[in-house]
Amino acid sequence: MLEDYLPILIILIFSVLLAGGLLGISNLLGPKRYSKNKLTPYECGVPPVGDARERFSVKYYLVAALFILFDVESVFLFAWAVVFKRLGVLAFVEIIAFFIVILGGYFYVLKKGALEWE
Amino acid sequence: MLWVEIGISVVKIALVLFVVLTLVAYLSYAERRISAFIQDRLGPNRVGPFGLLQPIADGLKFIFKEDIIPEGANKPFYILAPAFSLVTAIIALAVIPIGYGFNTTFFGNLNEPIHVSLQIADINAGLLYVLAITSLGVYGIVLGGWSSNSKYSLLGGIRSAAQMISYELSLGLSIIGVIAIAGSLRLYDIIDAQAKVWFLIPQCLGFLVFMVSSFAETNRLPFDLPEAEPELVAGYHTEYSSMKFAMFYMAEYTNMITASALAVCLFLGGWFPLPFGGWFGIDIEKYWYLPPIVFIAKVFLMLFFFIWVRWTLPRFRYDQLMRLGWKVLFPLAVLNLIVTSAIIVFV
Repeated sequence: MLEDYLPILIILIFSVLLAGGLLGISNLLGPKRYSKNKLTPYECGVPPVGDARERFSVKYYLVAALFILFDVESVFLFAWAVVFKRLGVLAFVEIIAFFIVILGGYFYVLKKGALEWE
Repeated sequence: MLWVEIGISVVKIALVLFVVLTLVAYLSYAERRISAFIQDRLGPNRVGPFGLLQPIADGLKFIFKEDIIPEGANKPFYILAPAFSLVTAIIALAVIPIGYGFNTTFFGNLNEPIHVSLQIADINAGLLYVLAITSLGVYGIVLGGWSSNSKYSLLGGIRSAAQMISYELSLGLSIIGVIAIAGSLRLYDIIDAQAKVWFLIPQCLGFLVFMVSSFAETNRLPFDLPEAEPELVAGYHTEYSSMKFAMFYMAEYTNMITASALAVCLFLGGWFPLPFGGWFGIDIEKYWYLPPIVFIAKVFLMLFFFIWVRWTLPRFRYDQLMRLGWKVLFPLAVLNLIVTSAIIVFV
């Protein structure tokens, strides 16, 4: 069972080596001629104002929170779908009940305007 | 015995890495040539015959370019981000099966031929694995955008995160119909279940949602808001140069290959050449090389489709993007799932 995952470990090692090698080789072979202006963040030639560690719109947090809510619900569906054919009508009734709960939450979020993006 | 299997795995992995990296290099070439074709230009045609050596020239140039780390950047994350993107993009390919495999007595034991499967890892939760690993890719983009200490990068990274998680939801829901019909999460079983008819036909709505979500997941036009050139310079990789920049590109194209292969596995019949009828009685044990050829041809067609769409459609606005994901694709995916399960139960 677990040995099925052994090739994944091997490809993980291979690709980490590849990525590390690529980083190393360009660091080794590329020129290093630093200057003050070259190292400033790019802002279309204008001297940068402040730094980029700023606050950003709360909308993004909201989307992340909603994603977690709905994605946790869809995780149950994966397990359900695999055995669905064997369980038959009962599983169908149960999933309809499950969807009523999910869609209840979805329409609540919709009504509250959480998905409006101005 | 185990050592022989590990040896076969290592050879397969080396082969897959070589093929995928070459394919990625030539996808950049194909993209430039096809875009030129669509826009009535010539595209790169100077390096080698028809410009075919262009990717090699590009690669060499990337290696010999200066590696700039902007001041104020968060150095460990700045260096790790492209590597993380590339690693997650590559290992997602590990469970894609491209054929039935073949038996060989090459390793000496004539009584007991070894079966060589044409995929790197045959795990029973293959589809979950692909979804899990591809959704890790967003960390590379967000870390890269945040650690650069540039406002354009930050905006690109955050936009990308919001976009990818929004569309991941409908992506996940759109394939549950396929799982319900096939009754398995193993990609091999899902393809085999399409011998009579491709899942494209009973799951056409699911396929539509899946394709739109895949375009958003891979940050391709019409959903390439994270790197929208007119507003964000280059998005999350604005500050990256030399090989690190190239690694973000390689990750993006590798993700495109994964998305294409997944679409072929789940909806387009995998290695079955026509929507109906399976193999029409061809002895697949004997001609074991036919399934990989069909599969790879389909992946190439899908890749061409990705490029074609990019150079045909204009870009979405960000509020339109979010509305499409949450208010159109999510209900459509749920509808598809309910209808599919009702048909399975009552028909």
